[in-house]
Amino acid sequence: MTTTFDKRMSIDDIIASLSDGMTIGIGGWATRRKPMALVRALARSKLKDLTVVSYGGPDVGVLAAAGKIAKLAFAFVSLDHIPIEPHFKKARQAGLKVWEMDEGMLHWGLRAAAMHLPFLPTRCGMGTSVAEHPDLRTIRSPFEDGEELIAMPALRLDAALLHVHRSDERGNALILSPDPFFDELMARAADRVFLSAERIVPTAELGLPGNARFHPFERAVVTGVAEAPFGAHPTSAAPDYEIDMKHLRHYVASAESDDAWNAYRAAHVDVDQAAYVASVGGADAILAAPRPVY
Amino acid sequence: MARHTLTELIIARAAKAWADDPEWLATGITPVPRLAAGLAKTLYNPRLMITDGENWFARDPVPLGPRGGFEPVIEGWAPYLRTFDNLWNGRRHAMVAPVQIDRYGQTNISVIGDHAQPKAALLGARGFPGNSIHHPNSFFFPAHNKRAFVEGEVDYVCMAGYNPARWPGGRKPFRLELRLILTNLCVMDFGGPDHAIRLVSLHPGVSFEEVQDNTGFPIHRDGGETPETPAPTDEELAVIARLDPHDVRATIIKGNPPGRPEWG
Repeated sequence: MTTTFDKRMSIDDIIASLSDGMTIGIGGWATRRKPMALVRALARSKLKDLTVVSYGGPDVGVLAAAGKIAKLAFAFVSLDHIPIEPHFKKARQAGLKVWEMDEGMLHWGLRAAAMHLPFLPTRCGMGTSVAEHPDLRTIRSPFEDGEELIAMPALRLDAALLHVHRSDERGNALILSPDPFFDELMARAADRVFLSAERIVPTAELGLPGNARFHPFERAVVTGVAEAPFGAHPTSAAPDYEIDMKHLRHYVASAESDDAWNAYRAAHVDVDQAAYVASVGGADAILAAPRPVY
Repeated sequence: MARHTLTELIIARAAKAWADDPEWLATGITPVPRLAAGLAKTLYNPRLMITDGENWFARDPVPLGPRGGFEPVIEGWAPYLRTFDNLWNGRRHAMVAPVQIDRYGQTNISVIGDHAQPKAALLGARGFPGNSIHHPNSFFFPAHNKRAFVEGEVDYVCMAGYNPARWPGGRKPFRLELRLILTNLCVMDFGGPDHAIRLVSLHPGVSFEEVQDNTGFPIHRDGGETPETPAPTDEELAVIARLDPHDVRATIIKGNPPGRPEWG
């Protein structure tokens, strides 16, 4: 019997398969390789009451501004070169419900979920305010040291949204950027994993086994994959394209007033991905963004 | 001594924080700590590992800002997963720039005001909690005042400090070790009784009273005269200039004051 594993979906079909109240993990880190096409589709959907888990950047800002986040599990939200994410700041100051943790605790919670463990012990958070979160417990080492450690609970995700550079139709994916961040753990921590990919290519064009180091997880964890060229914009998907600082500044200005946000939203969020790319100057403009300096 | 700015004096002194470290990662977050780490590696401790600010270990410190044609020689891979593994292993000394610090050395970059509905939402705790108990940390504050050096505890404790009331079972967290605090007024460490914050040196023209008046808690002072923070050498100034070709350092302390008030 010949079976095909064609997991191709549209961006909007992916979002339509999600439900109110879900816990959604968003891959990438701050301004790098955020699945922004999926995030924008989420922002314009009817979904509500989401718990978002993210090493946050404009993904959190866009979803906060669109009123989608009931609770944010995070360690930071930043636009890197612009340290404070303005929409996050606004929502947070208005009382957005958060679970704030250490970057390493977030990593560890995802890893516990990825391993189907109830928790993993960690020292991260000891002696700080993050240890006061009511969902945390401590555990004493059963060995001679007797050290008290934080039991970081598994951060199980209903769905993970990740942006990759290449995928075949079965969900064999490559992340080509210099830092894969924690997408692999999000993929394993999630019940369902949806990828947006710069390009969906025939399996042979993935360049394996030469690209083996860029293959982050098995296709078995992937539920669906949507082709979305420039799907990370305005964040980077280096080496394919870099952060668009010009657009990020425009995005930051959209937090100045409701009118500014509504105008931003109409131009760049309430449109499909092809119209979005056109709205930010087209492919050539995106590809022309210079490599950022850190 | 060559004419220099207060910021250059601080960078040169801050570099000494890493001078005796083993073969560790030196991380300086924000321009002054980063320049100090680069200076330390260049002149005092070539064993230090340093990154390009992104995902790679660089053989030599990378200058701040646009690099022209400069391409660093990459000597290793530094994705975040590896950064966590390295820091949990303890082979790192970071110098960071929090917005608040208290008498215990607890620092904050998360929020000003109430955590549930803050007056100002900042970054979030980032990696501060984990950093604070896995490797040594030092601090830089460009404006030494009572908003930064707070009375009581910081609004949200992002880094563990010498406050046993917050230690589980009263036991000091694994590798908690706070080293230096550099400000626009002085250099301090944690060498007072029970790790109290202690004055190490005063920048030229600054009095102990001025430091104390701008601090929300008592600063410990050893007996005898407090030394003056040493001026940077010509060699140090040359390296700082090379690592900061666009003079970002001139924008860090309000008014970019000279290193000695009589030069004002």
